Amino acid sequence: MKIARMSPVEMNLEARFDAYVAEEKKIEPKDWMPDAYRKTLIRQISQHAHSEIVGMLPEGNWISRAPSLKRKAILLAKVQDEAGHGLYLYSAAETLGVTRDQMLQDLHAGKAKYSSIFNYPTLTWADMGAVGWLVDGAAIMNQVPLCKCSYGPYARAMVRVCKEESFHQRQGFQVMLNLAQGTPEQKAMAQDALNRWWWPSLMMFGPSDADSPHSAQSMKWNIKRFSNDELRQRFVDMTVPQAELLGLTLPDPDLKWNEARGHYDFGAINWDEFYNVIKGNGPCNKERLGARVKAYNDGAWVRDAANAYATKEATRQKNANASTHAA
Amino acid sequence: MSESKQEWPLWEVFIRSRQGLGHKHAGSLHAADAQMAMQNARDVYTRRQEGVSIWVVPAEAITASSPDDKDVLFDPANDKVYRHPTFYKLPDEVNNM
Repeated sequence: MKIARMSPVEMNLEARFDAYVAEEKKIEPKDWMPDAYRKTLIRQISQHAHSEIVGMLPEGNWISRAPSLKRKAILLAKVQDEAGHGLYLYSAAETLGVTRDQMLQDLHAGKAKYSSIFNYPTLTWADMGAVGWLVDGAAIMNQVPLCKCSYGPYARAMVRVCKEESFHQRQGFQVMLNLAQGTPEQKAMAQDALNRWWWPSLMMFGPSDADSPHSAQSMKWNIKRFSNDELRQRFVDMTVPQAELLGLTLPDPDLKWNEARGHYDFGAINWDEFYNVIKGNGPCNKERLGARVKAYNDGAWVRDAANAYATKEATRQKNANASTHAA
Repeated sequence: MSESKQEWPLWEVFIRSRQGLGHKHAGSLHAADAQMAMQNARDVYTRRQEGVSIWVVPAEAITASSPDDKDVLFDPANDKVYRHPTFYKLPDEVNNM
């Protein structure tokens, strides 16, 4: 990390900022903030926004294939919510001085990351259940503490997101429940989806605390409230009884209750796979980014046309006003 | 990669959640003009009956106070405690006044 030398005035400002944040007070867009705080937030919020938008793709795939009209309507509403969440978050990031176009360019150029979970394919209808139950479940676990994050616009956006996200997880669990209580083939389909999504869901909490480069500073700034491992453990503890209720088996032979710890022990996570997917070598990285870039490029004429129309209308309005005044 | 000529302008969205309450800032969005801003605001901020009325305002039309002026603007009220009813100690008989 490059350390810029600060002037005494800046050092004073930074000390005041740290004390202010330590008192659980909120920072708003025009307040003074350290450059690194601003950069960290821009990186985190824009990645979060990108994840919501890219996250529409694996589910959008199933809208036309949903097994009933009810399920189709639910999935449509969920995917529309993800779009909304992306938009809340892009707006929050923009209050820090980055433009929407810049963020999109960074995504499209592969410079900005998004949650690596969306680089896995959704092969069967049961994946819609597993994604809602596990992926949205893990996301909620990560997001609830962000509602109390020190940066006001991010915290407010997260309150909206969390309110809406709960239905996502519940509908996913219901899909799994229906399949698990269905024919042996349907139950096997649910089990197969669970087998494929369990480990990537655990990876969503990020690397172990020791290997998480930004964690300590983010905790100090009250952007992050709990460590990756803490949240992951909470997620495992919450999910095990839910899987039992479904009558499905979590694909981890080392999973067992640890009386002494008061938590479930679980097996080692394959971090090589995690870093490999982040590097761009997951099953769907190219497809996902390709779909985003294509949508953006194909929409360019619409954005330009709307701009041209707005300019023309504004000119027309101005001329009409001018002629009224002249008369 | 083909580039759009310019980003759509930013709009701030205010929503009245129900009759009797004021409009409250909900967030912001991009739109080419006021009509599109209104339609986008409806889709982005009121998917669950969050409102009965929407204002959209071009972000550049808003004049905001600066955090640096906080002291100048708001401190003068700090020592005028006599503006609050609790400043006045009255006999018990009328203290519900």
